[in-house]
Amino acid sequence: DREGEKRLNGWEALGSRDPRSRGTAMEHISQEVMQRVESIGPIPATVPSPVATAGHPTSDLNDILARLLMLSKRCPFDDVRERCVWLLQNVQDFGVRIPRPLGNGPSRFIPEKEILQVSKVDPRTQSIFEDAFAALGRLDNISLVMGFHPQYLESFLRTQHYLLQMDGPLSLHYRHYIGIMAAARHQCSYLVNLHVNDFLQVGGDSKWLNGLDGAPQKLQALGELNKILAHRPWLLTKAHIEHLLKAEEHSWSLAELIHAVVLLTHYHSLASFTFGCGITPEIHSDGGHTFRPPSLSQYCVCDIANGNGHGHLEERRGNHQVSEVSGEVEVLMERMKQLQECRDEEEASQEEMATRFEREKTESMLVATAEDEECVPSRDVSRHFEDPSYGYKDFSRRGEHVPTFRVQDYSWEDHGYSLVNRLYPDVGQLLDEKFQMAYNLTYNTMAMHKDVDTTMLRRAIWNYIHCMFGIRYDDYDYGEINQLLDRSFKVYIKTMVCSPEKTTKRMYESFWRQFQHSEKVHVNLLLMEARMQAELLYALRAITRYMT
Amino acid sequence: MEKMSRVTTALGSSAISGRTMFCHLDAPANAISVCRDATQVVVAGRNIFKIYGLEEEQFVEKLNLRVGRKPSLNFSCADVMWHQMEENLLATAATNGAVVTWNLGKPSRNKQDQLFTEHKRTVNKVCFHPTEVYMLLSGSQDGYMKCFDLRKKESVSTFSGQSESVRDVQFSMKDYFTFAASFENGNVQLWDIRRPDRYERMFTAHTGPVFCCDWHPDDRGWLATGGRDKMVKVWDMTTNRAKEIYCVQTIASVARVKWRPERKWHLATCSMMVDHNIYVWDIRRPFIPFATFEEHKDVTTGIVWRHQHDPYFLLSGSKDSTLYQHMFKDASRPVDRANPEGLCFGLFGDLAFAAKESLISGDANRKPYPGGDRRYPIFFFKKPDLTEQFAHVSSALSVFESSLESKRMDWFVKTARLYLLSGKSFAELCDHNAKVAKELNRPQVSTTWTMLRIMFSDPANLSTPGPNHIGKLGTLPLMNSFSMKEMGMGTESRLDRSKGESRQDNIHLELGNSLINNICPTAENEETEGSEGQAEYMFGDAELDDDDLYSMEHDNQAAEEQEYTLPQEAFPLRHEIMDNPLAPEHLQQDKADSPQASGNEAEVMCLTPIESFSLISISQPLFSPHLPAPFFCPVVREMLSHYAEQGDVQMAVSVLIVLGDRIRKEIDDLTQEHWYMSYIDLLQRFELWNVSNEVIKLSTCSAITCLNQTSTTLHVNCSNCKRPMSNRGWICDRCHQCASVCAVCHHVVKGLFVWCQGCSHGGHLEHVKNWLKSSSHCPAGCGHLCEYT
Repeated sequence: DREGEKRLNGWEALGSRDPRSRGTAMEHISQEVMQRVESIGPIPATVPSPVATAGHPTSDLNDILARLLMLSKRCPFDDVRERCVWLLQNVQDFGVRIPRPLGNGPSRFIPEKEILQVSKVDPRTQSIFEDAFAALGRLDNISLVMGFHPQYLESFLRTQHYLLQMDGPLSLHYRHYIGIMAAARHQCSYLVNLHVNDFLQVGGDSKWLNGLDGAPQKLQALGELNKILAHRPWLLTKAHIEHLLKAEEHSWSLAELIHAVVLLTHYHSLASFTFGCGITPEIHSDGGHTFRPPSLSQYCVCDIANGNGHGHLEERRGNHQVSEVSGEVEVLMERMKQLQECRDEEEASQEEMATRFEREKTESMLVATAEDEECVPSRDVSRHFEDPSYGYKDFSRRGEHVPTFRVQDYSWEDHGYSLVNRLYPDVGQLLDEKFQMAYNLTYNTMAMHKDVDTTMLRRAIWNYIHCMFGIRYDDYDYGEINQLLDRSFKVYIKTMVCSPEKTTKRMYESFWRQFQHSEKVHVNLLLMEARMQAELLYALRAITRYMT
Repeated sequence: MEKMSRVTTALGSSAISGRTMFCHLDAPANAISVCRDATQVVVAGRNIFKIYGLEEEQFVEKLNLRVGRKPSLNFSCADVMWHQMEENLLATAATNGAVVTWNLGKPSRNKQDQLFTEHKRTVNKVCFHPTEVYMLLSGSQDGYMKCFDLRKKESVSTFSGQSESVRDVQFSMKDYFTFAASFENGNVQLWDIRRPDRYERMFTAHTGPVFCCDWHPDDRGWLATGGRDKMVKVWDMTTNRAKEIYCVQTIASVARVKWRPERKWHLATCSMMVDHNIYVWDIRRPFIPFATFEEHKDVTTGIVWRHQHDPYFLLSGSKDSTLYQHMFKDASRPVDRANPEGLCFGLFGDLAFAAKESLISGDANRKPYPGGDRRYPIFFFKKPDLTEQFAHVSSALSVFESSLESKRMDWFVKTARLYLLSGKSFAELCDHNAKVAKELNRPQVSTTWTMLRIMFSDPANLSTPGPNHIGKLGTLPLMNSFSMKEMGMGTESRLDRSKGESRQDNIHLELGNSLINNICPTAENEETEGSEGQAEYMFGDAELDDDDLYSMEHDNQAAEEQEYTLPQEAFPLRHEIMDNPLAPEHLQQDKADSPQASGNEAEVMCLTPIESFSLISISQPLFSPHLPAPFFCPVVREMLSHYAEQGDVQMAVSVLIVLGDRIRKEIDDLTQEHWYMSYIDLLQRFELWNVSNEVIKLSTCSAITCLNQTSTTLHVNCSNCKRPMSNRGWICDRCHQCASVCAVCHHVVKGLFVWCQGCSHGGHLEHVKNWLKSSSHCPAGCGHLCEYT
């Protein structure tokens, strides 16, 4: 046990900013590893599947090796990376089989090269990565992908760190467990694995992990809220809140509930991001690496298919598509320009149209059509709803529609913020900054074009997501959405926000084909934050109603 | 007509009358406004736009402006204002970004007059010029303010707030050309209506959005602002820089603020969230509202004084779909319900108590506090201000000085410092703590510790017969008195028996405990060889110290109390002697104290006569079987509760920690948590941070241990650029240098780092200490006068 602890400390020291202490820690680890390797001897080659058959020492060693592999790829410090590669090489020379990463970098959708390049170019990103690594002893794939947008990443990590590690009404293992609950709602195994580890590390009871039945009743009671929030937040009423707060000895306090709600929404939306960017399992966790040699197993066939070979394929196809869809961006920009001008020119008639639109919408709501039709009354959109991959199908068929939530009556800035900050100090501020960061982030570029004002496009995306949740901005002309967001993009947004687990690489590739990966990640950030805010608004409104 | 109504502005004495009344609206209101002659009020909201007549007894619906089967969004109002000159003219701010004016003089059902759709986002506020008939100002979410001339189809000027959303705009009451605008980022701007290119003045008024502002109706320079940060601030704008002159802290974000007419210092506020009441504050009395209206069941969204010269009528609309007229005389006055009593402990245990004079004056025994008048001049001599309508409460202050002896908490502090809670074997901890208590002259506590050690020490090794043949006074019949069957007996017998055990346990401990194995051999040897076993094993531990010898020699001859206390004392003294040359004095003190103690405490007194048993008891194991430790749990639990009840929560917690698992399950978690919290609170009051931290660390309640995870952030500035380090770690992300470099030796500091909070420079503790011995300036050469205390 002490041995294990010592090793753990060694890992932590690798996050130090001081190269010397990193060196010492690395030295320590290599000694440890070589010791183990020597004690095992160069036999394991005979063992067909190390994970399955090997006794404790080997699997323990395997964990260490996997971790080394992760470090050799992901550690933001060059020296550690090099030393890990060297060490793994040594181990291999000794005749012990070493793991190799499965898959193709942090994201299935984005070439590894492009992601990892970021930190090398941008010192700010590098510094954030180092911080994150020092704090957690790992640099998760989500952070790596978000590294495209360092300003946002900083705000994101600060908020997440506060939610999970800092002062708060909930105990640490509860926080991670709630994270697991939320991620599991979307079958996001990546986040679940991540937090199962954290949960156990902060002393969580492994029995809870068998299922919600194994968890305390208090957490079980949260299951319903989790479900509703994830899929149909508009159904949340003050009765649900009352139920949680008035459950005798298993009841939640308001502050705890706010904390839980923020965590739930955070992880629901993070699950969206995870699927939306095709985040792959961490290298050192299950499914992130394999010990099989590349030439022998089926894995490698897959790997080749998904890996390097695929890259070429993709490139070729990409080139092909570029010629096919060139001008997509220009068309979009042209439309934005038109919308801008047309608004400037004929105010009154625009207003008239908006009025008519509103009338249409109100009437269509009375007829109880699909909820999305109310938001964007175009046949184009309503066609998506027949898509079987669509999470809401059931409800619309049963005639349920999403009631309209007027943002002017309950907005994050005026109401939500005050409530959160009152019950969970500082989090309101952190979330506020994060939302603003996501909403206002722009580099004034669109694909290869520079100096473009993308406000309109970003607003359309944000409002479209809110609109799927029935949240309505009075001062927005929803006709713009149809002009700016094409069908494949809407499919992507819809899938990612409502049933992220169904996101496929094809969807990711088929929208905005000419845009950069960083821009697509940007879109994902917008989607994630808009979704989080939408869920939060419903939850907070229910809590406010309970309180009044 | 216009002139007529202008005449009525000067309020006749009986012009307005009425009572507190309300009416139900069909929908939640967003804003209300009143017409100049105070006879009608307009209510606007998302689904409501109506005019009500204010009659003597009730509200009467006069007009529904929301016409059409499916009214457009232009009817969905965020704000409404009734023109104060032209009584047929209304303006609304629509949530879809339109600014609409309404002319009540129109013959058609739809009274809509002008429609301006220049704003791209929701319009938050419209405001008519107080004297200029055709001038209307609007502020919108899109970051623009627009000024409209109602005779023209479009705005005459646009003021840009640099894409920060505008929350409120207000024309100055006195300066014809000036208006104030408040913004979502916390800024307030002053504009000259003739100069749309740039604001005249800007200042940051709040953190987070400023939801509202209001010019003082009489005083030219005063502007009140209210924000999401729950503050109402009053700014003096006449000076060069806007100066905050008053600040009222409310309990929720401030949605509206309105000065009370004819009352220079009063203003009314309502909140946007959580709090449904309307407060009227006297800004000079920012801690307690002057008056409160508590009628609404949901947040109040609009407040307006019914007449601009009448301070007694307040109208309000709310999300709960009601419209109220509040009479000032019906307001509740929180002052009346407030307790003008105050209670505070001084640093040295003095107690100051202020209470209503009427309550105290009846007390004839009260002596005036000497010099009190001079020490608390404000308290006693605050001049009644005639403009202040606050009920004047005069309180009398009494200061009770604690007698130096009785209430001193020295014992608490000392005990807390000296107690050992972990890091040694259980028996050693008990002994140590017993000794600490003893030295602080708390024999009962001391005895309790000893008993605990006896009860819970592991009796497994007892089979050694070694020490048992002492029996100086050992007579068999006496053995019965501590047979375990008689547990229920009085304390004396229990104590007595335990004493007997304690001796055995001393030995077991040494035999069994490998940590003090250097002692073990001696102890064993002497025990087996010597005939005076008791003395030997104690010496075995104390390595034959003179003092022990001294006390042992006196054992037989000296006072009996002395003898009884000996066993506990001799053992722990070992430490004391080594550290503290004063040990003999302690001993003597003990001697002197002991009779006193036995006189005071029944328990001790009872013990005295039977102390002789204690020696006999050593042979006890031969006769009575050992009881398992859990047997004592109920007793111990009772004992702990007793101590806690008595106010000595220190004892309860210390025992809880030292006993650890032995007792923890016996006491329910809530009680434990309660004890811990009380003890930690006390420790922190005495600034015993280390002890409090140790207690937190050692506690097993999750609610307590997590205390240590709170407030663990340390805010530091970078020593290079002097700006806050937002980064974790020690690299400043602005200047990209390591911030933890020692200013003396210029190496990176690992381990203890000390830095000056004034200039952010610092370094190795030793280096900085030495440097500041010889120099008073900062070692970094920044010129700051650092100080090491």
